[in-house]
Amino acid sequence: MQDIVLLKDVYKVYTMGDIKVTALDGVSLAIKKGEFMAIMGASGSGKSTLMNILGCLDSPTQGKYYLEGIEVSRFSKNELAEIRNKKLGFVFQNFNLLSRTTVVENIELPLIYGKKISKNDTDEIYRIIRILGLEGFEKHYPNQLSGGQQQRVAIARAIANNPTLLLADEPTGNLDSATSTDVMNVLCDLNRTMGITIVLVTHETDIARYAGRVVVLKDGRVLSDTPSHSPGTPAVHASCETVP
Amino acid sequence: MTALFKIALRAIMRNKLRSSLTILGIVIGVGAVIVMVSIGQGAKVFVEKQLESLGINVLIIIPISTTHAAARGTTGTITLTAEDAYAIARECGAVGYVSPGMRTTTQVVYGNMNWTTGVSGVGPDYQIIRNWPLKSGRFITQRDVNTMAKVCVLGQTVVTNLFGMLDPVDRWVRVNNIPFRVIGVLSAKGQSPTGQDQDDTVLMPYTTIQRKIMGVTYINYILASTITTEARFEAIDQITALLRQRHRLRPNEENDFTVISQVEFASTVMETSQTMTILLGSIALVSLFVGGIGIMNIMLVSTTERTREIGIRMAVGAKEKDILFQFLIESTVLSSIGGLIGIIFGILVSKLVSYYGGWPSLLSSPSIVVAFLFSNMVGIFFGYYPARKASRLNPIEALRYE
Repeated sequence: MQDIVLLKDVYKVYTMGDIKVTALDGVSLAIKKGEFMAIMGASGSGKSTLMNILGCLDSPTQGKYYLEGIEVSRFSKNELAEIRNKKLGFVFQNFNLLSRTTVVENIELPLIYGKKISKNDTDEIYRIIRILGLEGFEKHYPNQLSGGQQQRVAIARAIANNPTLLLADEPTGNLDSATSTDVMNVLCDLNRTMGITIVLVTHETDIARYAGRVVVLKDGRVLSDTPSHSPGTPAVHASCETVP
Repeated sequence: MTALFKIALRAIMRNKLRSSLTILGIVIGVGAVIVMVSIGQGAKVFVEKQLESLGINVLIIIPISTTHAAARGTTGTITLTAEDAYAIARECGAVGYVSPGMRTTTQVVYGNMNWTTGVSGVGPDYQIIRNWPLKSGRFITQRDVNTMAKVCVLGQTVVTNLFGMLDPVDRWVRVNNIPFRVIGVLSAKGQSPTGQDQDDTVLMPYTTIQRKIMGVTYINYILASTITTEARFEAIDQITALLRQRHRLRPNEENDFTVISQVEFASTVMETSQTMTILLGSIALVSLFVGGIGIMNIMLVSTTERTREIGIRMAVGAKEKDILFQFLIESTVLSSIGGLIGIIFGILVSKLVSYYGGWPSLLSSPSIVVAFLFSNMVGIFFGYYPARKASRLNPIEALRYE
């Protein structure tokens, strides 16, 4: 299967005054289409940095990043914005919805920056709203929704432009366990039924278990890269189903 | 672009109080510009009209005494004669009409009413030179001048004070105890640019004043109109040359008269009112500038406050120029709304000022258009820095902003 993401020896060095901090110290990683991968690691392990680079919010200091075969590691800010708009979807720990903006408008947001919104797009958005069980909340504002619902809106926004890669940064970090399960099931569902490739950052083992593959980072390096299940079978299905 | 407009409008609607206060700054700025410019232009037109009432092509020739130190002054000197006036009319090509002029102040009596006023002795062309229509009756004719007829034409102020509502034509007034028949009434002309009541006057043939009232042979002044406004310099030269010759002045002698052009006087007054307009306009511009700083201030606060929003927009693919335009549109919409309200407000205030202050105002559509465009420019100019700052944010840091 095609590698959606290919990282080759990626370094990220932050310079703060005279001190140089190496956040990523030669990370190489390949993610296949349809994979559900979790990135784990203690704080300071470099998982946020890796996430930012995968999400085209930041560029590596050294090394190469291929997204669907295109090298994006040397892209300009504007080109990266374009890539984020067309190929990536983000789900954040704190939802990051626009306040005082309705659910529909939040979900539409990526489309505003892409092209004109057509009738097809509107239909697609209502389809997504149905998939995520947000019918009846279209005109609500984020502060009128529960945490779980807000995160569903964020997920809806992330998939509105039909991305090749969905990045979820601690999506359950602000949710109670029941809602967490709920949100993870939504992600699993999207991965399984729509074939969306997902990269999830978490520090909770329970949550990481939903993924078919777990990458553990330490001090900016890949410590371990283990599939949850035997290769050959779609790991994603297996892991999602095994969770009680 | 439409989407960016929607975003900007929504952001403005969200903070209604803040937006209105920002708009208020522009409203005051634009309003002040409109008021100042309209009052300035109104004053200009007012002055122009007054000058027209004087007659823009009019030259005044007055005697000055240079040789007789004892008799210095403009009246009482005896260098000008009615023959000088007729010579000018005959020989100066650039001159249209000429009227000799006498001037004195005396009491005019009708019945038991009396009124002290300026009495002018003039020729028949005076009415044409001053462009002064009659309200009733007739004007002084050459025949009246030749016969030193005891007739007079009254100004409106004199009529009001002596006759009230009565029609004075063919009634008799006494000037210096001599009965004069009223032959005509002048229409109202209003104030002169120097603030004198031009209607407070009695006109009679200059010969009558010379012989019957003052007992002199000279005249006080000559009033002449030039054929065109442009011909005035030529006319001044011709008159000067002619009068020097007639007065037998040697080349080294100074003129014993002077020629005053209304145009020069007019342009001085015009310049003054122009200067006032510019001065008032600049003060108003300063307040518009202050309004612009208000916009900049609010936009800076707003972009800082909405850092996370900017981060979210960038994460879903907003480019630098999208963010830049979003905030530029916001500031421009703010300033344009301010501009529109400011124009309405300015129009109302200038109408009020002219109504209650008796001060004329004139609104020209170009000045309104300019004010509106200017308010847009203020929005773009003062909105650019905050918008650029917002567009240059790092999305990672912006997303993390609390």
